[in-house]
Amino acid sequence: MSAENLLCGGLQGPPAEILLRDVHVLDPRAGIDRRLDVSVRGGRVAELSEPGAAAAPEEGHETIEGDGRLRLMPAFFDPHVHLRTPGQEHKEDLGSGTRAAAAGGYCGVIAMPNTDPVLDSAPLLRSLRDAAAREARIPVGFLAAVTRGLGGEQLTEMAELRQEGALGFSDDGEPVESAGVLRKALQYQRLCGGVLALHEEDRSLSRNGVMHEGAISAALGLDGIPTVAESTMVARDAELAGYEGARVHFQHLSCAASAEAVAAAKTRGWRASAEVTPHHLLLTDEAVRGMNTSMKMHPPLTSDDDRTALIRALREGTIDCVATDHAPHAREEKEVPFEQAPMGTTGLETAFAALYSGLVLPGELELAVLVERMTAGAALFGLPPAQIAAGRPAEMVLVDLEEQWTAGEHGWHSRSENCCFSGRRLQGRVQLTLAAGRLVHRDRALAPAAA
Amino acid sequence: MNHLLSIEELDRAGIERIIAQAQRFTEVSEREIKKVPALRGRMVLNLFYEASTRTRSSFELAAKRLSADVVNFAASGSSVEKGESLKDTVLTLSAHKPDAIVLRTPWAGASELVSKWCSAAIVNAGDGKHEHPTQALLDVYTLQRRLGSIDGSSIWIVELGCEVRYELGELHTADVVYALRMQNERMHDTWVPSLREYAAWYQLNGRRLTPSQVLMHPGPVNRGVELSGEIVDSPQAVITAQVEAGVVVRMAVLYELLAAARSATAPPPEPAGERGRERVGEGQLA
Repeated sequence: MSAENLLCGGLQGPPAEILLRDVHVLDPRAGIDRRLDVSVRGGRVAELSEPGAAAAPEEGHETIEGDGRLRLMPAFFDPHVHLRTPGQEHKEDLGSGTRAAAAGGYCGVIAMPNTDPVLDSAPLLRSLRDAAAREARIPVGFLAAVTRGLGGEQLTEMAELRQEGALGFSDDGEPVESAGVLRKALQYQRLCGGVLALHEEDRSLSRNGVMHEGAISAALGLDGIPTVAESTMVARDAELAGYEGARVHFQHLSCAASAEAVAAAKTRGWRASAEVTPHHLLLTDEAVRGMNTSMKMHPPLTSDDDRTALIRALREGTIDCVATDHAPHAREEKEVPFEQAPMGTTGLETAFAALYSGLVLPGELELAVLVERMTAGAALFGLPPAQIAAGRPAEMVLVDLEEQWTAGEHGWHSRSENCCFSGRRLQGRVQLTLAAGRLVHRDRALAPAAA
Repeated sequence: MNHLLSIEELDRAGIERIIAQAQRFTEVSEREIKKVPALRGRMVLNLFYEASTRTRSSFELAAKRLSADVVNFAASGSSVEKGESLKDTVLTLSAHKPDAIVLRTPWAGASELVSKWCSAAIVNAGDGKHEHPTQALLDVYTLQRRLGSIDGSSIWIVELGCEVRYELGELHTADVVYALRMQNERMHDTWVPSLREYAAWYQLNGRRLTPSQVLMHPGPVNRGVELSGEIVDSPQAVITAQVEAGVVVRMAVLYELLAAARSATAPPPEPAGERGRERVGEGQLA
């Protein structure tokens, strides 16, 4: 199966015909950081030309004036989202989740298999891919489960799942507790390929914890999860991957020790990559003080030292990419005492603005690095990353870096509202998203202006 | 004061006002007819999501001595077992227009959550491992009666897991020693290898305490575990005084919430201290 065919959906509308006049193009991979005209014809980038030099578009095709101010960047890719289909469509579905992604500036996402039923068989994957082709606003890829029913014991039919289009495998939400089972999966990878994405958690350490273990969990009387519950498993599985020569991806790193374990693995030449979420880069366990259940997720928000270490690891490339771990839950599920609430925060619609406001504006991360890390997830799973170059399919996001907005003020595209950044004042707003050559999102403020 | 959710919401003046009121209600408790009409016609709802007989009966007695109508609602054997959420239970019971809801749950933060869903005054009667403000108030009241003043007293709290000191060598320097029960229902697995080892290292007994030290315990006591039998029965133990204090302090809290603060017309029964409460930063460490 070719790389393009691994993603489904996003082909609903007609191919985009649009001229973006005098936009500031920032594409770190292509080495572009300057004002240009970008014309899109038939869903592909037709040409990049000096600002004002592009030919007027054909009758009826839209022109957007960037005034040298609006930024055009390769659209983002999220290797870790929960679209909740099948079985939990009251939280999210393929349509609502991908509309949320389009609004966040994404041109592709990878959905996790912890659905109901679990995505652990080829027929289910086939039907899900068919559904995505019909319903998804932007292209979606799927990871299948490593073990049947996420049970941690019996491997799924990984080779058949790969043939059916699985990008890789994950038991996300559950750790692969047994080193022996994981080792078998890593060995089987030699036959079938596909990245093994790992949710790292030693359940004998995290037990019934609901937040980071520390002074705040003690003050609130909430059971804590120590960071070693994650980091010891990262170290174990990095070594297993190194021993087997296998390719692993560590999901949602939350602490300094995990980042160190990944750095050590990379130094040794082991084939490991890692992701980090916006909330672990921007929030700490301080945010749990009010016991807002949107601040309850796995892994939990950790200390400021951990947060600082994660930012450094992302900047230096130890952590390869940003992933939101977008985890929608219905209002009634989250409107309960903290200990009873399910784990998870949504994140697709706020990721860029939250990171731009929280890391780029204060000078902790360069914008170009942020864009690189928000697009790098595709290549980690064997997909071509978005690029603004003539001939390429249009996968671009137009952003107003000055616009300020309040997260959630006009509601959400997601079916759920459990966003940890809800109510936050953010700067930087997605105006327009193109994915798979289609215009998939237009901000309400950006009125169509046909030429 | 609209609710009593955590002890940190009360500044010193607020605590002293409640203690002074409890002092006045002590006199009521010593009468033959132990009842005053202060809350006649008001309704207090005891909503208990976990068994806590002594806290519930203490609140019930307090409300009855103030002439309030009391309704007890236990989660077991009710709609909760049919899957009703906390929110829906509270909304349903609120339809009966209780003036106060005394809430006990195993979940941290539940009282604050409930206070956002209804207009009744919420009294947190324990939310898991988080807060139990009337316990704190009755402890202060008990100590003040015993010692006159607690300013400057050295108070040791003895419990495994209270990570201040791990050994009791300096215990004799304390004026007050507060022992806590091994709360097995709040522990998901055991923290000590055996009760025998625990008792050997942490049990308070005649060897570890001197007769001048005041011994407190919130009950129920595991005799022979955290306290030896003879120390429970000794005059230095104020454990039953704490139970007595529980009723008058809870009377004072209900009075403060329903009679003193809420009636704008009636003059305060007391030289009211500082009425405004200074809210300490949310969740600040005690």
